[in-house]
Amino acid sequence: MSVLSPARRRLLAVGILGFALLAASRLAGQNPGAPFTVLSKDSRRTLAVTTVADQEFAALEDLAALFQLAVHEEPLGALTVSYKGRTIVLTPDQALVSVSGRLVSLPAAPVRSGRRWLVPIDFISRALAPIYDAKLDLRKPSRLLVVGEARVPRVAIRVEPLGTAARLTIDATPRATAAVAQEGDHLLIKFDADALDLALPPVQPQTTGGLVLGLRLVDQTTVAVDVGPRFGAFRASTQPVDQSMRVTLDIVAAQTESPAPAPASPSPSPSPTPAPPPPDLSTLAPPASSIRTIVIDAGHGGDDSGVSGPAGTKEKDLTLAVARRLKGAIEGRLGLRVLLTRDEDRNIGIDDRDAAANTNKADVFISLHASASVRPRTTGATIFIAAFEKTTDNASDLPSGPERVATFSGGVRDIELLPWDLAQLRHTDQSAAFARLIEQQFRDRVPLSAHPIDRGPIRLLEAANMPAVLVEIGCLSSPGQEKQLAGGEFQNAVVQAIVEAVVRFRDQLDAGRSTTTPGVGQGR
Amino acid sequence: MTLHRVLTGTALTAITIGLVWLLFAGLPRWYGPRPTSSAAAAPAAPTPPPPGRRIKARLFYVADDGTRLTAVERDVPYGEGTIEQAKAIVAAQIGTVSEPLVSPIPAGTKLRALFVTDRGDAYVDLSRELSAAHPGGTTTELLTVYAIVNALTTNLPAVTRVQLLVDGKEVETLAGHVDLRRPLAKNTDWIQ
Repeated sequence: MSVLSPARRRLLAVGILGFALLAASRLAGQNPGAPFTVLSKDSRRTLAVTTVADQEFAALEDLAALFQLAVHEEPLGALTVSYKGRTIVLTPDQALVSVSGRLVSLPAAPVRSGRRWLVPIDFISRALAPIYDAKLDLRKPSRLLVVGEARVPRVAIRVEPLGTAARLTIDATPRATAAVAQEGDHLLIKFDADALDLALPPVQPQTTGGLVLGLRLVDQTTVAVDVGPRFGAFRASTQPVDQSMRVTLDIVAAQTESPAPAPASPSPSPSPTPAPPPPDLSTLAPPASSIRTIVIDAGHGGDDSGVSGPAGTKEKDLTLAVARRLKGAIEGRLGLRVLLTRDEDRNIGIDDRDAAANTNKADVFISLHASASVRPRTTGATIFIAAFEKTTDNASDLPSGPERVATFSGGVRDIELLPWDLAQLRHTDQSAAFARLIEQQFRDRVPLSAHPIDRGPIRLLEAANMPAVLVEIGCLSSPGQEKQLAGGEFQNAVVQAIVEAVVRFRDQLDAGRSTTTPGVGQGR
Repeated sequence: MTLHRVLTGTALTAITIGLVWLLFAGLPRWYGPRPTSSAAAAPAAPTPPPPGRRIKARLFYVADDGTRLTAVERDVPYGEGTIEQAKAIVAAQIGTVSEPLVSPIPAGTKLRALFVTDRGDAYVDLSRELSAAHPGGTTTELLTVYAIVNALTTNLPAVTRVQLLVDGKEVETLAGHVDLRRPLAKNTDWIQ
């Protein structure tokens, strides 16, 4: 029984309809008249827009303030817009403008509004962009104006049911890595970007069996997936697809509520297309994996810049940037614990780096570096593993077994005493196997040096008590490769290759563990 | 009488000279420490080689691909004994070269001292430029180290290992990568 009068019900219906239309308009990304957000690497500003005769206009004085333009109104009525000696000439009532002497057509002529001149919003991309120092990327559907090298990938999200699970396919273009983490009753997808160009699709919880309740933007670079009470586990994987980076996020129900489907049970689904296979729940269970912790070492830091490229790129900055990306990718995709030896620009000793790996019981240690050469044409990545001189290259230098020591509580405990500088000695085979996997993954994505895997008395690796590699991801002294190394696309390629290598290495170790007696390995 | 005085004075002078020689030269020579054949520090007493005498030595430079060393046979001044010859070889290895050779040793690096132990470990003390002017990178650092290590161990059978010192001190690495805390043996993997 309703308590509303017919008139109020009509009013409410109109209100709901209006709200729905507004929401639909927002969701479709079309919102003429709404201000543009001007995004650059270090700022976020607003550009107001006025609609005149179905055309969107921006005030010339607003553009002048945003982009340091000088605007002069000539006696004969022409408008001159100058930027660093380059000039745009506009004529009232004319849609043609002169841009550094070249005629360009605008969708409408400039119009005067009181004391202000308004120009069509396309003035930015057609007239201003050709004379401006930085890239100007006008994205009208998403009401964004991206300035310079700000990383603002277009993010498209698709939600679909997948048997008893739900799959989210998230494409970021151009490629941007994303990390997925669970936080309470939502999954957070954090992109390595400055902002997102995002259109969130509507989600109907019933189509995903109540697993996904909604999507929302948490901050400039993070999307939250609200999951329902049936949520059990998730699995995220990342792979490049054309110009995009695709995150595939499979969400499955808790096993207690959704019994595992019988093998080969035919699906009663009336769907005309065959349903994708349901996710393998065993891969979603908490891993009893050989790899639980990875320590990533960003080479050099602080006063020690490492190699410097001809354009000024410093090895210490490059290694830190890649280390952060790699940490996010491994955490997001594999759900492993990842620690960085440094997450800022600071000095750190070699022994401290090893200590970070040893004391945190890392299962894998990856040190990131860049190379330099006195030969200008030298390029490519090299993976280093430790080599020991013959005097130490045998097991006799290692203790034969654990040593029994007394504890404070009165009992005894077996502990292993290892010479610090020989800790790597018993892991060299596994380090070599891991290096080969990285080389394989680099083959199609990252240029390799003439000797992709090398061994040497690498000070850092000798004291690592786990499989350990030092990866020189490229040659900074090569001008061409310096530019490549500094780019996000190349860094993502390096990261993806190493993540794939970690996955395969984990599989190798797990397979070895299942066929050999326990206790082989690091004996922890 | 006068002749007797003269003879007496001459005898006393001769005895005085003899005593002085015995005190300052004879006794130290007979009872002082004898120089050892090994571990002789570099500044000790070189006998200058006959002028112009030279030997052939294999020295090492950066190969075209920048990841390996290439061996080049060059004339090096002859040195009398292991230490002198080692010094001549290192001096040639770290010296400047012209194209097409490219040296893995930073320009300006000088040999400060060199000595060899009974075990055949050579200690090569080089000036600070070896580390301070190094361009960095693991591969290049390995090439720098093994150019010197291999130059000595390849050309001098008496030298089996080499430890690099910088400015008279032990160093952990040159540019953060290669462990220099111990003497290193010849490694032909780094030769093309």
